[in-house]
Amino acid sequence: MLDRLLNIDRRIIFAVLATIVIVAILFPMGLAIQISEPAKKLYREIESIPPGSYIFLSFDYDPASMAELDPMALAVIRHCFRKDLKIASLGLWPQGVLLGQANLEKAAQEYGKEYGVDFVNLGYKTGGIVVISGISTDLRSIFPQDYAERNIDELPLLNGIDNLEPFKLVVTFSAGDPGVRHWVMIAQARYGKKVGCGSTAVQAPAFYPYLQAGQLVGLVGGMKGAAEYEQLVKLPGLATAGMDAQSLAHAVIVFSIIFGNVIFLLKKRSSSG
Amino acid sequence: MIQTIGIWVAAFLTLCIFSFLYKDNPFYKFAEHLFVGVSAGYWAMYSWYNVLLPNLGRPLFIEHELILLIPFILGIMMLLRLFPKIGWISRWPLAFIVGMTSGYYLVTFLQTNALEQARATIVPLQNINNIILVIGVITGLFYFFFSTEHKKAVGVMARIGRMFLMVAFGASFGYTVMARISLLIGRFYFLLGDWLRLL
Repeated sequence: MLDRLLNIDRRIIFAVLATIVIVAILFPMGLAIQISEPAKKLYREIESIPPGSYIFLSFDYDPASMAELDPMALAVIRHCFRKDLKIASLGLWPQGVLLGQANLEKAAQEYGKEYGVDFVNLGYKTGGIVVISGISTDLRSIFPQDYAERNIDELPLLNGIDNLEPFKLVVTFSAGDPGVRHWVMIAQARYGKKVGCGSTAVQAPAFYPYLQAGQLVGLVGGMKGAAEYEQLVKLPGLATAGMDAQSLAHAVIVFSIIFGNVIFLLKKRSSSG
Repeated sequence: MIQTIGIWVAAFLTLCIFSFLYKDNPFYKFAEHLFVGVSAGYWAMYSWYNVLLPNLGRPLFIEHELILLIPFILGIMMLLRLFPKIGWISRWPLAFIVGMTSGYYLVTFLQTNALEQARATIVPLQNINNIILVIGVITGLFYFFFSTEHKKAVGVMARIGRMFLMVAFGASFGYTVMARISLLIGRFYFLLGDWLRLL
């Protein structure tokens, strides 16, 4: 019996997990979401920026991590537009440019914002850390055109802006390198800019030391973090909707780990006895 | 219409990839190969039109920015790897990249990831968080101190350090599980919402 339990076909676990996730998506229960301090910090930082100020967003991800980063990007953009902040953005990952643009346009429609006046998207440049360094000193030489090849001199939002200096905060939505690490290394450490981040859950633990050291002003980690931010801005979206499924799936995994270990110990005891 | 076709293709390919969870099969292989092929084509075209042409091709050959001859020549030298007899020439641009990147990273990396982190551990021991932080850092460093045998006091410190490392690995594992489940939820949202329109 113990042997059979120790050798459960992994496909049964997959099936249970899939069923739980599907049921939780189809029949939401609205489980409570506790908001963590790192997400609150980013929210408070954006909240403290005076209306009309500039904020810089970097979309450093691709479709593989959309499920986690798109909801948090949208929530942060909505927060910025609601606060009347002017957004300049870019992508250190090529596909991040259009994913970010889709979110910008979606939120712009909701808040009646206009491209070129309230937000711009500079596009993608290869180089990662070199791009960050470049825009910190001379944005116009690195990005003479925006993502759609419009001359940036024609974009009113960027009038008189030559580098990162006027931006009160940089927020990067990052799925890897180049991303958070590089923004902290260059924009924060070298040029003294405040940097916040939204990151995939996989890499979030690596950024807690930056947060603790004050090198990051806030951290939104994974879909859970995105749901927290949606709660903070009081605009529930995809991440909030996914939290029931996330919580139940975690419960299944925790149960599986405990169950496996208990059976293993029982088996070990019966073998030694 | 085009969007509907796109959704059906995406749904079919998602199910093909999911089918691997049952066992390896031709549908999975098809989707996998298609992904590799499409990705290679996408990146080749993207690099050509969004990296090489605007950053090198146009400025050098149309606007005659002659300084760009240097990266152009270095790029050609890199491609000589394809010819075994003169492939050694590609080591020069590689050496340039390694040297430049090391120089560029060295100071900033040290400042960001060593000095600032060390500074952040010099904290008043007034609350439990700070105490745990300092004990964790010191004992963690003991675990990686290999010049003395891990016995007696050093051994105790190293064992405590290992426990802190275990907690860190556990946190990383937990976050990784959360990330993977998030991706699964994202795909199910697509299948149930965009495709089957059940949401």
